[in-house]
Amino acid sequence: MYAIIAGGGKVGFFLARELIEQGHEILIIENNSERAEFIANELGNVVLRGNADEASTLAEAGAERADVVIAVTGDDPRNLVLLQVAKRRFGTRRTIARINDPRNESLFRMLGIDATVNATQVMLSVLEQEIPRANLVPLLRLRNTDVEVVEAVVDPRSRVTGSALREVDLPPESTIAVVIRNGSAFFPNGSTVLEPGDEVVALTRGIHEPRLRSLFFSER
Amino acid sequence: MGCGRVGARVAQMLTTAGHEVTIMDVTSSAFSRLGPEFKGTTILGDGTDQEVLKRAGIERADAFLAATQGDNRNIMSSQIAKHVFGIKHVVTRIYDPLRSDTFTALGLQAISPTIIGADAFYEKLTGEPAQPLSV
Repeated sequence: MYAIIAGGGKVGFFLARELIEQGHEILIIENNSERAEFIANELGNVVLRGNADEASTLAEAGAERADVVIAVTGDDPRNLVLLQVAKRRFGTRRTIARINDPRNESLFRMLGIDATVNATQVMLSVLEQEIPRANLVPLLRLRNTDVEVVEAVVDPRSRVTGSALREVDLPPESTIAVVIRNGSAFFPNGSTVLEPGDEVVALTRGIHEPRLRSLFFSER
Repeated sequence: MGCGRVGARVAQMLTTAGHEVTIMDVTSSAFSRLGPEFKGTTILGDGTDQEVLKRAGIERADAFLAATQGDNRNIMSSQIAKHVFGIKHVVTRIYDPLRSDTFTALGLQAISPTIIGADAFYEKLTGEPAQPLSV
C-alpha cells in the first residue's frame, strides 16, 4: 500500500513509523523544514517538504497512485480541503481525516471524506465505557446516516427488566438486535425477558438515543 | 465572513445599497475598518463553526461571502453555507488558482484574486487581453 500522510506532527510521525514497520510505502508531507529534517533523520527518505493543501505538492507526492491520503494536521479546514483536492483532482481512492472539533465529523462525511478519526470522540467513548451510569456505548454510526449501533448493559433498577420485550415501551425507530447473556449471544423476540446484567446491542436513530438510554438505566 | 479590506468594503457597499448585512471576523479590531457609519451587525467568531454561523443568522440569509485570508477556511465555510444551510448564493475567495479550479468544479462560485490581478497586470503591461494559463 502507498499512503500519503499530510502533516508530520506527532500523529503523522507515529502513524508513519508504524506503517513503515508493517512494510508499507509512505510519504509524509510536512511544511516546517526543521520538523521535516527531524523526520528524515528518524525515518529516512520519506518526507516531502511543502504545503499539502497546494495541489502541486500533492502532485509531486504522487497522489494519483496513492491508495490512501491521510490528513492529520491540527487544522480541520486544511484537512478537509486537501482531501477534497486529492479525491477530486487526483482520484485518490480512500481519504481519511483527523478531526479536531468533534462537531465537524458529519460535515466531513457529507463532503465526501471516506473516514474520520476524532481523538475527543474516542476519549468520550472510553469514558462512557468506564462511567457506569452512562453506559449506553455508541459502537458505530452506519455510514452517511443518523442510525447508530449502541450497546448497553441492563441496569437492575431499569424498567425493562422482568417484562417481555413486547411489553417494553421502546422509543420509535429503535430495535434490540442482539442480547448477550453469560457470554453467549442470542436474537431476542417479543417474549424475551431481559435480565439485569444482559448486554444489549440496539439500533436507533441518534435523536432517540437519550430515550433509549433512560429506558435501560432509569429507576422503575 | 472576514472583515479585512475586501470584506469590509463589500459590507459597506451592500449596506449602502440597502441590504441587511452581518459580518464576522475572529479579531474584534478588524471591525474598525467598517467605520462609525456602518449600519450592519458584527459578530466575533470563526465562520467554520456552524454555531457561529447560526448566531450570525445564516438560517435566514439569502447570500454568503467568504473573504478571509485563508483559502481553506473560505472553502470549508462556503461548503457549510451551501450544503448544511442550503444557501443558494455563495461566493468564495480562493487565492490559489488550482484550488479555485477544483472547487469551481465542485459547485462553488469562486473568485481568485490571483488570476484577476495577474490578468489585469498583464493587460496593463502589454495592452493585450490576458490568455488563460493552463495549470
